[in-house]
Amino acid sequence: MQQFVNVTLSGLTQGMIYSAFALALVLIWRSTRIVNFAQGSMAAATAFIALAIINAGASYWVALPVALAAGFLMGAIVERVIIRPVEGGPELNAVIVTLGLFVAIQASIAIIAGSSFQSFPTPFGVRGFTIGDTTIALTPTSLYIIGSVLVVMGLLVALFRFTRVGLAMRASAFGQEVARLLGVRVGRMLTLGWALAAVVGSLSGLLIAGGGFVYPAYMDSLIVFGFVAAVLGGLDSPIGAIVGGLILGLALSYIAGYVDRGSALVNVAALVILMVVLLVRPGGLFASSTARRA
Amino acid sequence: MTDAQGSTAVSVGKGATKALLHVEGLTSSYGPVRALDGVSLSAEAGRITAVLGANGAGKTTLLRTISGLVRPTAGKVTLDGEDITRAPVEAMVGKGMAHVPEGRGVIAELTVDENLRVGSLFRGKVDRSEFDRVYDLFPRIAERRDNAAHTLSGGERQMLVIGRALLAKPRILLLDEPSLGLAPRIVAQIFGLLRKLVDSEGLSVLLVEQNARSALSVADVGVVLNLGRVVVTDQARSLMADEGLRHAYLGF
Repeated sequence: MQQFVNVTLSGLTQGMIYSAFALALVLIWRSTRIVNFAQGSMAAATAFIALAIINAGASYWVALPVALAAGFLMGAIVERVIIRPVEGGPELNAVIVTLGLFVAIQASIAIIAGSSFQSFPTPFGVRGFTIGDTTIALTPTSLYIIGSVLVVMGLLVALFRFTRVGLAMRASAFGQEVARLLGVRVGRMLTLGWALAAVVGSLSGLLIAGGGFVYPAYMDSLIVFGFVAAVLGGLDSPIGAIVGGLILGLALSYIAGYVDRGSALVNVAALVILMVVLLVRPGGLFASSTARRA
Repeated sequence: MTDAQGSTAVSVGKGATKALLHVEGLTSSYGPVRALDGVSLSAEAGRITAVLGANGAGKTTLLRTISGLVRPTAGKVTLDGEDITRAPVEAMVGKGMAHVPEGRGVIAELTVDENLRVGSLFRGKVDRSEFDRVYDLFPRIAERRDNAAHTLSGGERQMLVIGRALLAKPRILLLDEPSLGLAPRIVAQIFGLLRKLVDSEGLSVLLVEQNARSALSVADVGVVLNLGRVVVTDQARSLMADEGLRHAYLGF
């Protein structure tokens, strides 16, 4: 029983991070129909910015907002400068551009920060809470992870639901031509969408780094898991991304916890889960019934 | 009947009117295909101007070129005297022109109410009573205001996009085939409402229609387009009366 609780708790914590990364992919996909393969290395770049600030002597709480702001800027610049010229062209062009960007950013990190492992701090402890005389796998850090992802998701929901900018962003994503005809500056909204997605991606990169090590390719496995989570949820649905991330986190945690030598199987298991879901529900778990117009 | 290449539209009854939207020598191409070939026409204030013609006559391209979605290779568009030929698409609605594109243009993922709000976004904060007014005009969509727009029927979608355009407070409404795929009863209802808005609130409408009979029954002026050129511009009732023309170009 205790093991079950522990495995579940750590699965949920990891799942929240996958959810955040998947959400970043979904936000970009549903507004620009581009899978941003560079999301992982963009997030890694912001984690290295945070690390540089912390190494310079500042606190984690200074480094965090600066890194997220850097993510915001990077997302906006990438959309404006690199993605805009290939938007509207053949879909494959944009995909190849984001792949190229992924490699380029990762290489730049290695050149600037070196490719050695560097430890990344976490603002809270990683010792589990104690209930009675048993220690459970819920740590202050995992509460911080779950809490911060929930806060960011809540802010995004509020933005999209209750603000004019949010409505303009949704209109731009779902009806680009109509939005333009109604005076919405669609280009700006797409830039803002990329910027916000990069913030969420950066958050996932900072959270997964916390208490561990960073190196230029440290995001690679999260990219895979985040992508699987996004596709699980349907790629078009923010709710789907979140649920997909949690399902994947739990499933991988159970496999690592209960299957013999399970931790070696985690990557394979992620792909098996993906294949099974796509066989049963090709559109993902939260496939919308609405056919999208071109 | 005025000559096709004439740069001014006919002045039609009811005293002096002035061209609110004026199009002169408009030419545009989709790749190698010249869709518009020197089209000139005017839409007068407080009138319904119907552009008629068969499929492929260039009707949709005409509206898309006027609103800037397609860039003309030659010609000029003026709105109330201002040259808007090269103005960005996003700026048109602020100048008083609302274009409802072909195929209704409902944003399917948003609710009915959100769709309406998109129409008023560029105006900043808008009094809720303006929404109530649109819902009064179209009680059928009022009942569905919190439903996703993709659940609406074709007629309801048309009502929604017209209501949404009205929330942009346009001086001129550009409508692309509003009757497409709708039951005659719904078409009559929508056209009747347009007539009412034009007569009572001074709205101006430039309507593009394949359904010439319905369009002419509501319009003041008709412009017949064929293969990207204006064939004839005249009062709607004169076009109705011209049997030869109807058979040749309007299919009824």
